Amino acid sequence: MGVLLEIDGLKTQFFTSAGTVKAVDGVSYTVDEGETVAVVGESGCGKSVTAMSILRLIPWPPGKITEGVIRFAGRDLLQLPEDEMRDVRGKDISMIFQEPMTSLNPVLTIGLQLTETMLTHTSATENEARKRAVELLDMVGIAEPERRLAQYPHHLSGGMRQRVMIAMALACEPKLIIADEPTTALDVTIQAQILELMKNLTRDLGVAMIIITHNLGVVARYSDRVNVMYAGKIIEYGSAADIYYRPHHPYTLALLKSVPRMDQPRQAKLDPVEGQPPDLTMLDGGCAFRPRCRYATDECAKGLPPLENVGSGHFTACFQKDKLVSSLQEAS
Amino acid sequence: MSKYIAKRLLMMIPTLIGSAIFVFFLLRLIPGDVCELRLAGTGLYADPAEIALCQKNLGLDQPLFVQFLDFLWGYVVFDLGDSMWTGFPVVHEISIRFELSLQVAIMATAVAIMIAIPLGIISAVKQDTWIDYIVRAFSIAGIAMPSFWLGILIILGMLIITQAMWGEPWMPPIDYVPIWEDPVRNLSQLIWPAVATGYRYSAVATRMTRSALLEVLREDYVRTARAKGLMEKVIINRHALKNALLPVVTIIAIEFAFLMGGLVVTEQVFNLNGLGKLFVESVGAQDFNMTQQLVKLVVVIFIFTNLFVDIFYAWLDPRIRYS
Repeated sequence: MGVLLEIDGLKTQFFTSAGTVKAVDGVSYTVDEGETVAVVGESGCGKSVTAMSILRLIPWPPGKITEGVIRFAGRDLLQLPEDEMRDVRGKDISMIFQEPMTSLNPVLTIGLQLTETMLTHTSATENEARKRAVELLDMVGIAEPERRLAQYPHHLSGGMRQRVMIAMALACEPKLIIADEPTTALDVTIQAQILELMKNLTRDLGVAMIIITHNLGVVARYSDRVNVMYAGKIIEYGSAADIYYRPHHPYTLALLKSVPRMDQPRQAKLDPVEGQPPDLTMLDGGCAFRPRCRYATDECAKGLPPLENVGSGHFTACFQKDKLVSSLQEAS
Repeated sequence: MSKYIAKRLLMMIPTLIGSAIFVFFLLRLIPGDVCELRLAGTGLYADPAEIALCQKNLGLDQPLFVQFLDFLWGYVVFDLGDSMWTGFPVVHEISIRFELSLQVAIMATAVAIMIAIPLGIISAVKQDTWIDYIVRAFSIAGIAMPSFWLGILIILGMLIITQAMWGEPWMPPIDYVPIWEDPVRNLSQLIWPAVATGYRYSAVATRMTRSALLEVLREDYVRTARAKGLMEKVIINRHALKNALLPVVTIIAIEFAFLMGGLVVTEQVFNLNGLGKLFVESVGAQDFNMTQQLVKLVVVIFIFTNLFVDIFYAWLDPRIRYS
């Protein structure tokens, strides 16, 4: 499998009156064809901004991609003229958003919203697009697809709307789908259904997926590789198993401890990540997680920890990783 | 929907009765009446017997209660009565002016829509650029300038420009011809008041279009539309505008209803014999019946405009369902 998407040194900044927010600060990662990659982190760590940067949908002003390369299927997306970029959106790369309740246009029919992507990007006629729309709705598990085409989003439940969003994302057979917290706004029972659906469809259709989430439980089950982001940077990445069972960064560890796990005794206490994410306008030269880190020493203030190889394809950016690993070994 | 419309039409009845009571008694709070005004208005001596006779003829000598019931009965049998000042039937007095007022109101609305929607869109799309600033200055100016003043400027401007160009001043015709008799003459008279009022009217609507569209452009579904790779034109026209139009339609409709009876000063400037002028004259002459019927007409226009707006809402936004 070849590399489909390669992000290299991406920097996206927001120029606000309070100062420059370095929302994405030198992020690099790759996505192989057909692979599911997770991007994990707290709210405001830059994971959604990275995704929006790939599609060049950062609103200017105030936001701007200031540096980096986003290579997709051999082309640098950041160098494309706007009309070619528009052709990439929805056709080669499509996106599923967090809020199914507000992501569909309330005054347009499901049919129109589904077919317009195909009519824009392919040579399909109105009739062909409608036929395909019915197929797509059927594929994402919506009953009576023909009838749905004439309906409006408010006729559907949240889970159904997210299924429509998925159908829309698949309409033009994209190579990559970016799912930005696709299940956060849904009921827990629906969440699993939607995730299963996305996993099965992307596997069957061979579509690569970037799944953005703050839920490491989602990550373990549905992704091949994981990037953990903190304060605009990737601080650890590796296979889902590496991240889940062999975390080398205190932040990853803290995230893992903050969600309930089925493989831990029920008495195990949840341990939320203390403190607040840092203000991205005033980062100093040291490790950004330092103020909230229980392993931090004076060394952590001196410079940015570089990403270092700690296993095959597993990298972490922490000066105290050895201390962390040995303390974990003692505990177990 | 038809059930809803029927319900709304039935609800007109209490509204009309309420406004009838209000205007009936309010008018009679003013001392004097049309007879005193006509016979003694010039300050000369008037024979009290003559005034009494006049009042008797117009029914003004009856107790208020009887007069009021008489007025209400007129609603039931569709008899609007006569003007107390001219003696002509109210229907006649209104009908010769209604056409003109309606035409000016429609043309002003058309001018306003043609200015407001495109300018509002451009200004929202180009937010905080020099185009936006120019549009905003243009619409602020429209709100600040009274339309009668703009009307005077238009007339003066035309006189001066035509004088300079052809050596002979030209002014719009001052007598009204219905549009089907002489469209050129009709339009060359009415286009100017329509522009003068339409500009002011557009100013409010431009600002509303701009702010509504700006709000909609921040919505998630617009982001979705962008992520689908749609053309900016399609995003604005198909995805944003339909959502942004609701408040704009409301403003335009209210303003339209207002224009039907409220164009008093502008009508004076352009020497138009419209409903606004009739309104002022009737109030001035204490022509109770004429004023009452005019108020009723305006109330009916407002009710129908609102009903139209509600129906239009349901068309714009499928979430709105009336039952």
